[in-house]
Amino acid sequence: MLWDALTLQLGYNATLVAIGASLLGVSAGVTGTFLFLRKRALVSDAISHATLPGVCLAFMVMVLLGGDGRNLLALLAGSALSAWVGLLCLNWLTRHTRLAEDAAIGAVLSVFFGFGIVLLTIIQTMGMGRQAGLEGFLLGSTAGMLWADAVIIALGGAATLALVMLIRRPMTIVAFDPDYAAAQGMAVHRIDLAMMGLVMAVTVVGLKIVGLILIVAMLIIPPVTARFWSERAEHVVLLSGLAGGMSGYVGAALSAMAPNLPTGPIIVLLAFGLFLLSILFAPVRGVLAALLRHFRFQRRVHIRQGLLAMAQGQKIYEPLTRRLLQRAGLIRADGVATEAGKARAAKALRDEKRWEIVRADQAHEAVAALYNGLRDIETVLTPDQIAEIDRRIGAPKEVPA
Amino acid sequence: MMLELASDQGATLEERDLNTSPLAVRGLTVSYGQKPAVFSVDMTVQPDAMTAIIGPNGAGKSTLLKAALGIVKPLSGQVSVFGYPLEDQRARIAYVPQRASVDWDFPTRVIDVVLMGLSRQLGLLGRVRARHKARAMDCLHRVGMRDFADRQIGQLSGGQQQRVFLARALAQDADLYLLDEPFAGVDAATEKAIISVLKSLKQSHKTVVVVHHDLATVTDYFDHVFLINTHKVAEGPVAEAFTAENLQNAYGGRLATAQIDQISHVSG
Repeated sequence: MLWDALTLQLGYNATLVAIGASLLGVSAGVTGTFLFLRKRALVSDAISHATLPGVCLAFMVMVLLGGDGRNLLALLAGSALSAWVGLLCLNWLTRHTRLAEDAAIGAVLSVFFGFGIVLLTIIQTMGMGRQAGLEGFLLGSTAGMLWADAVIIALGGAATLALVMLIRRPMTIVAFDPDYAAAQGMAVHRIDLAMMGLVMAVTVVGLKIVGLILIVAMLIIPPVTARFWSERAEHVVLLSGLAGGMSGYVGAALSAMAPNLPTGPIIVLLAFGLFLLSILFAPVRGVLAALLRHFRFQRRVHIRQGLLAMAQGQKIYEPLTRRLLQRAGLIRADGVATEAGKARAAKALRDEKRWEIVRADQAHEAVAALYNGLRDIETVLTPDQIAEIDRRIGAPKEVPA
Repeated sequence: MMLELASDQGATLEERDLNTSPLAVRGLTVSYGQKPAVFSVDMTVQPDAMTAIIGPNGAGKSTLLKAALGIVKPLSGQVSVFGYPLEDQRARIAYVPQRASVDWDFPTRVIDVVLMGLSRQLGLLGRVRARHKARAMDCLHRVGMRDFADRQIGQLSGGQQQRVFLARALAQDADLYLLDEPFAGVDAATEKAIISVLKSLKQSHKTVVVVHHDLATVTDYFDHVFLINTHKVAEGPVAEAFTAENLQNAYGGRLATAQIDQISHVSG
């Protein structure tokens, strides 16, 4: 069954949805990356909630004109229009008032969404037909997706993707260093507006599949996931598109396996699964890698401190230090240094003295900057240089027992 | 008062300044809210020289630079670059912003930052080719950062970050370089590296303007100074304008008299 789903053998509708969802996932992931890099991820939340009044108004207009109000293209056009108005409100509030962007987002989001819900209720009470499944735009509904709908989604997603790739370089520079971009003559404000316009396009295209409440997840989770795996913006963009596309495809396929499984939420959960894997297991930025690094470092610090204490004949009180030294075979269970321990301790103390000379000497300024209390001096100086320093220190002293 | 000043200097001088100066600012006022950060400032930058913009904290030094570049919108005033409107001359200007103005955890490598300096040249669709990379590497070499090309920028020290910013400006191959506090919080080696690059720019007839905070190095590093405290206080060659009296006027009580004495002693 799972195999059938993943190879698109669950029928016509399921195939349409899967293709649409993966294209949407790719374009949302790619577009969302620039929003994320610009640190304006939450703007997408305001944009998506601002689509609702437009959807409702477009429906009402169509019904008033005598149609059944179900034309997807017209509904999406309406949603784009009101999302754009919301975006302009947001922009105006942040640029021309003292309101911070987060507060402006909250205001725009709730007012537009509230207005949309009022319109939705009016449509219901006025009995304008069967509502055309307008509440499906809240969480997405793929059950009755038509070929024409799928084509609109595919074309919209592809066009958005192409435009994003076209202006990816200015968007990256603006995201990293807007002042520099402005000094180079880039129209920073217009590039920002274009970026948000593209986010709006993705949102509108995704209304049918994931719905306006969850589209934010498609725009934010994949970039955040991708960021764990790469230190290069262009790779983050590609990986984010990949993560979005995979979640879209697999999510749509899984939701087709059983009746009444909601497509949008499953896609979002899958994207979250990828995020969870990344935050835990990513090699450098992941949580486990960071923990491992921390413990390794802590171990080095404790062993070094323990060795220096041993070399100076001091007693070691800290249990962790004793345990680590014992495990490394440097002290016995009763706390007495082993032969290996004595040798390492003497070396540690000597290194410390060598470092003292290096740090006091202007000629070694560059090397001295590398001192962190842990680094072995052989890794930064040649044997000749070390011999020279040893001559200045004098002969090694006996290590006290 | 402005009219008086203008007539003092004479229209012919004014016109010539506007025609030849790499950066000429007239009557520039910038305000955040109701309090002007820069008020009716005239500045005429001398070509082939190094100019320091100095003044106390909050005196509008960075704002002056940003307004001259059109990064912040002035309330009034004109800017001309090499005698032409700013927009026509963008390609000839390189800007080095304050290091703290960007997020250094941004996913990008040192070489990518330097390549940003070539974005005008590359255009929207131009591919980054070997010659662009070579140019970027060359600029990194000039600031002593060649070996760091593939590092993530977050791994750099403050001084190294500043040098990367300078390399990005060099990549533009501009004629006018505007730097905002390039020596703030950098190590001695970086300061040395940056000043030697700036001096070599001057030698190849480029114009350098630096927002500077360290009064002790002004005489060593710069040919001209521009003293500002919201209003212009003084402008001219270091020997003439960098005087105890002007500093007192710019800094008011904020600079200890002993410090001023010391500086005026240095500057002769």
